[in-house]
Amino acid sequence: MGGDLTIALDNVQSLRYFAPELILSVGILAILVADLVVGKPDRKRSFGVAAVSLAIALVATLATMDGRARGLFGGLIARDPFTDFFKVLFIVTSALVGVAALRSRDAIEYRPGELQDKESGEFYALLLTSTIGMFLMAAATDLLMAFLSLELVSILSYILAGFKRRDRKSSEASLKYVIYGGVAAGVMLYGMSLLYGISGSTNLSTIYQAVAASRSTLVLVIAVVLCMAGFGYKIASVPFHMWCPDVYEGAPTPVTAFFAVGPKAAGFALLLRFFNGAIPEQIHTDLFANSPWPLVLGLIAAATMTLGNLAAIGQSNIKRLLAYSSIAHAGYLLLGLCSFSADGQRAILLYLVTYLFMNLGAFLVVLAMSDAGLGEEIADYRGLGMRAKFPALVMAICLFSLTGLPPFAGFFGKFYLFAALIAKGGSLNVALALIGILNSAVSLYYYARILRAMYFDKPASEAPIVAAPIHAWNMGAMAVATLGMWIAWTPLVGWVNASMAQWYPRAQTIVTAALR
Amino acid sequence: MSAILTIGLNHYLLLSAALFAIGLLTVATRRNAVAVLMGVELILNAAALNFVAFSHYVEGTVGGQVFAVFIIVMAAAEAAIALAIVLSIFRHFKSIDANDTSTLRE
Repeated sequence: MGGDLTIALDNVQSLRYFAPELILSVGILAILVADLVVGKPDRKRSFGVAAVSLAIALVATLATMDGRARGLFGGLIARDPFTDFFKVLFIVTSALVGVAALRSRDAIEYRPGELQDKESGEFYALLLTSTIGMFLMAAATDLLMAFLSLELVSILSYILAGFKRRDRKSSEASLKYVIYGGVAAGVMLYGMSLLYGISGSTNLSTIYQAVAASRSTLVLVIAVVLCMAGFGYKIASVPFHMWCPDVYEGAPTPVTAFFAVGPKAAGFALLLRFFNGAIPEQIHTDLFANSPWPLVLGLIAAATMTLGNLAAIGQSNIKRLLAYSSIAHAGYLLLGLCSFSADGQRAILLYLVTYLFMNLGAFLVVLAMSDAGLGEEIADYRGLGMRAKFPALVMAICLFSLTGLPPFAGFFGKFYLFAALIAKGGSLNVALALIGILNSAVSLYYYARILRAMYFDKPASEAPIVAAPIHAWNMGAMAVATLGMWIAWTPLVGWVNASMAQWYPRAQTIVTAALR
Repeated sequence: MSAILTIGLNHYLLLSAALFAIGLLTVATRRNAVAVLMGVELILNAAALNFVAFSHYVEGTVGGQVFAVFIIVMAAAEAAIALAIVLSIFRHFKSIDANDTSTLRE
């Protein structure tokens, strides 16, 4: 697939379509040079440069977007509607996290609890560099580029997780992250080397053709499962989820919010491109009666959802609870890939958009509250509905949406994911959809614990908690997006369909037909 | 006899599989952070060896060798970051043993 329709560009022609990455690179250098030349580090200035370069990168992305697929730099990366969709998603994520970090004591501190500017330049430079890494993850059409971009995001994530150097938990989080990350990357590389051995190429579309003709099924399955280690680690799916709760709890809260949305979405972009571009659904096989991929992915998805939700029940720290919830959501998202249908894969993209707003919203409330001096235990949230009405309301909206209750955005996202599985049919798909629905019911239990603490428990003190205005605006935007996404649903579906058109050109599908 | 004496693709693959297994074993059994990182290096080198071997015997060009060079560079970058993190862990916990560095719950 792909290959034949793509316009191949040489290195010089590619630069025009590589503009967003180049602009962000200039932004990174500007932030660092400004700290050296202009004088005292200043978080407002660093944020300003970062925001301007993100805005120009967004304009550059939209300006060079024409719905055609191009292979840049000799087929190392692609510039197609799929990439553009994720680029916009990543720019929005980074901008929101950047705004949140502007006022956060947790992200850029010099001494614990003090708002200082000393390391703000580094923070925003790292944030922008991760954004470039995620751009490249969504664009990679070569194993080499997939590996390098994944490692770029990973290595920066280790630093960001340990950004509070004077904090024990933060250092510990980054140690756990780097060890699990190193192992996952190594295992993935070993799998990639086997894929290269089967196909004699690192280019995804060449691998697709070679694999379709190859008969070495067992090696292929081993190679793909090993590659899943790296992707599974990025999206935090079982059995590569162990780092997730510790890192989410220990990392500064804006960084946690970023990890929960950005790199996870980038991991799914890479996964989608890998399974659409490099691995045929049907392979020549003497070992398996059917294609092994739905079963492999289905088992991972079911285990991820169930483990994430069950482990979340017993948590008392709110960041840790949201970490397990984000593991569970990786499981729901993986369901979209299991069915190997256009509907399922489009549902992943749709759900990532809703997930961006509702999950970021929940983390922003935690961030605003800890910035106002509140703890991060669920017990600290007792009576928050009385003490801080607006943040508690935003939290409630985001939690209802994460559960998947109508009329919130999360309901539509989940509906599309499960409907795609049921529409495809087959006992495996229907069973997976049922497991997903059961899991959603379980998740209501632990989300409701936070809601109960906020609205029905007696507060420890009656003193009102005031969120900083910038956090309030940010939270408000997330709540509005989560509540009002149905208004923009039709254009969003159209955009997603266009983004997936290179693999699934037919717009009308079972789910969309049923909805009409 | 000559099939055994001539070094071929299979020998390289066996060696790299052994390296991979030793690396995984090191990661799984050692508790010292630096030892675990050494295990990670072994895994990365196993993959790099595979790439070089396949590049010579299967593809016939230098594509896989370029990949191997990238792996080496990336391993160096990751080691630099990882050792810096281990240093900061040592400053907080006065130990780099994974058993001692767990304030976060399992």
